[in-house]
Amino acid sequence: MVELWYGIVALMLTLYVVLDGFDLGAGMLHVVVARTDAERRQVLAAIGPYWDGNEVWLLAAGGALFVAFPKALAAGLSGFYLAIMLVLWCLLLRGISIEFRSHIRDHMWRGFWDGVLALASGLLALFFGAALGNLLRGLPLGPDGWFGLALFTDFLARPPVGILDWYTVLVGAFAVLALALHGALYLAWRTDGAVRERSLAIARPAAWIAVIAWPLVTWATVAVHPAMFETFARRPLAWLGAVLALAGAAAIGLSLRRGRDLAAFLGSSGFIAGLLVATAASLFPVMLRAVPDAALSITAYAASNDAYGLRVALGWWSVGFPLAIAYLVLLFRLHRGRAAAARDGEGY
Amino acid sequence: MPTDALFWHRLQFAFTIVYHYLFPQLTMGLALLIVVMKSLARREPAWNEAARFWIRIFGINFAVGVVTGVPMEFQFGTNWAAFSQFAGKVVGHTLAMEGLFAFFLESSFLALLVWGERRLGPRGHTLAAWALFVGSWLSGYFIIATNSFMQHPVGHAMLPDGTLRLVDFGAFVLNPWALAAYAHNMTATVVTGSFVVAAVGAYYTLQGRHAAQARRFLRLGVIAGLIAAVVVAFPTGDHQAKMVARHQPAGLAAMEGRFASGPMAEITLIGQPNRRERRLDNPIKVPGMLSFLAFGTFHGNVPGLLEFPEADWPDNIELLYYAFHVMAGLGTLMIALMALATLALLRRRLERSRRLLWALMLAFPFPYIATTAGWMTTELGRQPWLVYGLLRTAQGASPTVHSGTVLFTLIGFCGLYLVLGILFLFLIGREIAHGLGSAEAAHG
Repeated sequence: MVELWYGIVALMLTLYVVLDGFDLGAGMLHVVVARTDAERRQVLAAIGPYWDGNEVWLLAAGGALFVAFPKALAAGLSGFYLAIMLVLWCLLLRGISIEFRSHIRDHMWRGFWDGVLALASGLLALFFGAALGNLLRGLPLGPDGWFGLALFTDFLARPPVGILDWYTVLVGAFAVLALALHGALYLAWRTDGAVRERSLAIARPAAWIAVIAWPLVTWATVAVHPAMFETFARRPLAWLGAVLALAGAAAIGLSLRRGRDLAAFLGSSGFIAGLLVATAASLFPVMLRAVPDAALSITAYAASNDAYGLRVALGWWSVGFPLAIAYLVLLFRLHRGRAAAARDGEGY
Repeated sequence: MPTDALFWHRLQFAFTIVYHYLFPQLTMGLALLIVVMKSLARREPAWNEAARFWIRIFGINFAVGVVTGVPMEFQFGTNWAAFSQFAGKVVGHTLAMEGLFAFFLESSFLALLVWGERRLGPRGHTLAAWALFVGSWLSGYFIIATNSFMQHPVGHAMLPDGTLRLVDFGAFVLNPWALAAYAHNMTATVVTGSFVVAAVGAYYTLQGRHAAQARRFLRLGVIAGLIAAVVVAFPTGDHQAKMVARHQPAGLAAMEGRFASGPMAEITLIGQPNRRERRLDNPIKVPGMLSFLAFGTFHGNVPGLLEFPEADWPDNIELLYYAFHVMAGLGTLMIALMALATLALLRRRLERSRRLLWALMLAFPFPYIATTAGWMTTELGRQPWLVYGLLRTAQGASPTVHSGTVLFTLIGFCGLYLVLGILFLFLIGREIAHGLGSAEAAHG
């Protein structure tokens, strides 16, 4: 049951990154790929109906983490206090920049919110990547099961650790790159005309850079957490994730060459999901890795709810999760097709 | 000024939750009224135009509710980590269910409701309005069920490590406190929605704009407002008060500034609690009423604070007392105002009664103040407990977050929310100034 819930939390977080990833990527890039107001609104029409629902995956995954592994949620969120607050402020700015922008037709009003959207989206991608980097590098958990992290220490990725160091910033930068690529491929699929052309012009070099950066980041991960790759070798699910990521990367390259926009976007989704699945499967059962004393790590078994709690939660989750997926499918069906430059009053 | 972290944790949570709840209360109340407008539109199509206007207001309001709501979810972990560890195995259920059952429903249909009328057609659009109504009211239930566990814990047991676990999901979700609080709270959201709709109707009438639609706003706002304002007081408020009397007697005593015990307990209309002297200064009281309201008989013994150890007294008796009296006083005032307006409406005099229209227009902050004061009563009355009788507030804060850090983020929230509030008022003001009519003209 603990394994199942670890999987559910990982699945929901992966869905969050893949789904909100495309609007974060599109948000980052829209100031570049869309130049006129009509083009900007075209981008916003492509992400506007989805961003809020996508963000809910973060809350729902957080909720699943809360009910299934309350100890991990409590220690993790309070330990990253300042970074979480920065994330919350960026999420707030990202949300209102999309919702408020088109209410007033004024180039300075709109230009301001475009800038806010790009900046907040980029910072969010960076923070989420850095957060993953922190989990991989390890946290200064004490014997009482708590930790508090400074925003940075000496950037050396070894104790005393801070939230930002060379490794976590590297993972953050890789996340920015991967989500920018993801967003560009989404826009290439969901828009037409000049916006699509420019998105593709960004996606092609971004895909190459990602393919080169991937082994680099993997090598860095070996350096900060060598033991993870020993477990990786023994976990079939981790291998599956790695294969999915490889297949995704290959699909991006092939589809870009053949002009298959949806396939390229799905490739990017597979790439991101594969990396996360491989990581989650290799880390299990550790949820919060302690450094320097690995024995202080918080594992899924130690942090989990009891059997009754997990069983009850599985009961309502089995009803709620398919509903959430159904809304998502309905939303994509209702908005299918490419977003043309938006008409006034009929969208963002 | 206190410098320990607990104070700043409490202040930050209080500030962010009070600010946040200004928005969902209108969202939830208005969602019901929009559904009503969409139903009325089947007989009288002009209601569609009214619904469109209110959906635009709803959309802006909802967006601010979403972005200020996200920090609330996270603060359970960031600021109240010890509480989350202590009670997460129980309250994690309702918090997670809110995301899964309510937020997905709301977020998926919001853009469709606001922008998608042409895409969906009339029936689909009505369905989207229902989705927002059901989603936002479900969301309200899950949050109130979570809060109710903190007020009146049921369905749990203590684990050997000192944390709580769930033993009876049904009892936990159908906590009698939650049912009472939900009925009280949700009718209060309808009061907020009705007062806002009526205020805009009064404004347009006084301005001499949109006469026909303004009449619709007034009719709906005043009738729904009267019904909801009455139901907030009786039976839901009355029932809620009896729950407090039964389960949080020290809280009730503090709400009334009552130090000595005894039957024929009087209800205080005016007065100032004086903690040092252990009495109420300058009171004006109605004898026996508190006993009657709390227990249904004038001879019911209502214990005073002196009956409880001082360590178990709510730590801010004065604020609790004022909050409760502001809520009850405004609640009475709102019933009176809506009753007068309903009378005038029935006599077809409302639109010509400028004084009443002015009062309706200016009364829209009352429900906001009353719901805020009501929630302050609930939360302050629970003190010094975070989970009543099980975990003290002082034990619930995150152990590794320092006071200066929380003060820093509190200042950050203040600044950000100030800007957000100004933007919100600006955009809402613009929508109201623009009035009814096509969205293209509004956003052109």
